[in-house]
Amino acid sequence: MMDVSMIGAGLIVIGVGIGIGRIGGSAMDAIARQPEATNKIQTAMLIAAALIEGIGFAALFAA
Amino acid sequence: MAVNANPHEEEEHNDSAIERSEEEQAAYDKAKNGEYVIHHTKDSHDFGFVTNESENKHYGFSLPVILYDEGFHFFSSSSFDHGHKVAKSDGKYFKLNSHDAKIYRCDEYGEIYESLKPWDFSITKNVIVTFLMCLLMFLLFRGIAKSYRTGLAPTGAAKFFEPIVVFIRDEIAVPNIGEKQSKKYMAYLLTVFFFIWFLNLAGMTPLGINVTGNLALTAALALITFIITTFTGNKNYWMHIFWMPGVPVPMKIILIPIELIGMVVKPFALMIRLYANMLAGHVVLGMLIVAVYSFENYFASGAFLGLTFFMNIIELLVALLQAYIFTMLTALYFGAASATAEHH
Amino acid sequence: MKLLEEFSIGLFFWQAVLFLALLFLLRKFAWKPILNAVNEREEKISDSLVQAEKAQEELKQMQAQNEDLLKDARAERDGLIKEAKETATKMISDAKDAAKEEGSKMLASAQESINAEKVTAIMELKTTVAAFSIEIAEKIVRSELSSEDKQKALADKMAEDINLN
Repeated sequence: MMDVSMIGAGLIVIGVGIGIGRIGGSAMDAIARQPEATNKIQTAMLIAAALIEGIGFAALFAA
Repeated sequence: MAVNANPHEEEEHNDSAIERSEEEQAAYDKAKNGEYVIHHTKDSHDFGFVTNESENKHYGFSLPVILYDEGFHFFSSSSFDHGHKVAKSDGKYFKLNSHDAKIYRCDEYGEIYESLKPWDFSITKNVIVTFLMCLLMFLLFRGIAKSYRTGLAPTGAAKFFEPIVVFIRDEIAVPNIGEKQSKKYMAYLLTVFFFIWFLNLAGMTPLGINVTGNLALTAALALITFIITTFTGNKNYWMHIFWMPGVPVPMKIILIPIELIGMVVKPFALMIRLYANMLAGHVVLGMLIVAVYSFENYFASGAFLGLTFFMNIIELLVALLQAYIFTMLTALYFGAASATAEHH
Repeated sequence: MKLLEEFSIGLFFWQAVLFLALLFLLRKFAWKPILNAVNEREEKISDSLVQAEKAQEELKQMQAQNEDLLKDARAERDGLIKEAKETATKMISDAKDAAKEEGSKMLASAQESINAEKVTAIMELKTTVAAFSIEIAEKIVRSELSSEDKQKALADKMAEDINLN
C-alpha cells in the first residue's frame, strides 16, 4: 500500500489545494472590489475550481 | 456490520477463539473498519437495512438477479445468501464474491472461475433507488406541471421548485448557450440537475445509498452529455476542432489532436468529478462515523459526532453544488457546440 | 485498473435506461408545461406592465385634454364677457350719440324757427316801414305839389331829365 504513488497522490492534493485556494482567494478579492459582480465571479470561480478538481481527480485515480 | 469476508478469511479471523496479540487486533480492526466504509459506498445485490454481524443475520429485501451467460438467468438474490451459498440456474452455478460484490461462475462446490464473469444486468440496490427517485421526480414535477392549469401563479411545491427551474434557465442555460439555442437543451439540463441533486440527497439518508458516487451512473450521464454535444454540434463547433480559425496553419495541425482529446476529456472529467466527489464525501462521513464508536472515550466520541454533523451539513451543500457544477459544465459544452460565429 | 474493475456494465445499462426514460417523460409531461407556464406568466406580466404604462399615458393625455378644454372654456367665457361689456358700452355710447343728435336736431330746428320768425318779423317791419315811408312820401309830395310854381318847376325838371336823356 505504502508506495511511491501515495506520495504522488499527496503531491496532487497539495497542488490542487493550492490551485483552488488561489482561485477562491482571488474571487474574494474580486468580490471585495466589485460587490455588484458577485454572481458572475462566483460562477466563474466555481467553473475554474471544478476544472482543476477534475484534473486533480483524474490524476489521483491514475496514481 | 455488513462485512462478509470471503470464506477463507472468515475461518482465520471470525473465530473469536483464536488468540490475537494486541497489534494484530488493532490491524484487524483497522482493516475491518476500512472495509466497512468501502462496502457502504458500493452497489449491492440486496437492499439491506441492518446486519447483525455476530449472528450473521441480515434484515432487508432480496432483489432480482438477471444474468446473461449464454442465455438469460433470473433468480432472487436470496439464493446467494450474501455470498455464503452457490446459486444454481439452468444448469449453471453462480456465486456472489463478497470481496468485490460481483457475481462469478463457479462449480458445484463454490470454487470461483475468475475468468468467467457473466454479464450482470441485475436489479441492484442502485437500480431500485434510481427507479424510486425517478418515480418520485416524475410524480413531483408532473404534479407541479398540473398545478399551473388552475392558474399561472405557483402553488404548493411549485413555489419551491419554480425558482430553481427559472434559475437553471436564466443563470445556467441562457448565459452559456444563448437565449434561442438554449430552448432545445432545457429539458436535458433540468432533468440532469434534479436527477443528480435528488440522488445525492438520497445518498444523505441513512440507508447507505450511494448512487451518484458510482461510476456507472456518472458514466451514463457523461456519455449522454457527450452524445448530445457531438450530435448537436454545428459547423462552427467542428470548425473549432478541425480547423481552428485565426491561427497559423502549423498550429492548426497541432491543435487537431489536442481538440479531439479535449472532446473526450471534457465528459470524462464530468464523470470523474461527480463520482469522486460523492464517493469521497461518503468515505469521509463513513470514516467519521466509524471514529465515533471506535473510541472508548466519551469526549472523543462526542467530538467526532459533532464533526460528523458538520460534515453532513457540508455534504448537503456539496450535493447541491455538484448537481449545479455538472449542469453548468454541461451547459458550457452545449454552448460551445451550438455557438454561432458571431459569439466569438 | 481499479476504476474499470469497479465499473459495472449492467448498472450502467440500467442507469442509462432509467435516466433516458425520465428525461423523455419529464420533457413531455413536466418541463414543457412548466416552462410554458412560466413563459406565459412572464409575458403576461410584461404585457400588463406595458398596458399599465399605456393607460397612464392615456390618462395623462386625457388630463392634458381636459386642461385644454378648460382653458378654451375660460377663454370663451372671457370673450363673452368682453363682448357683453363692449355691447353695453356701445349701446350706451349709441344712446348718448342718439340723444346728442336729437338735441342738436332740436336745437337746429329751434334756431330755424327762430330765424324764420326773425325773417318774418323783419319782413313785417319792412312792410310797415314801407307803408310809413309811402305815407310820409305822400305827405311830402302833397306838400311839394301844393302850389303852381312848384308843379311847374317839377314838370320842367322832369322834362329836362327827359330831354337830356
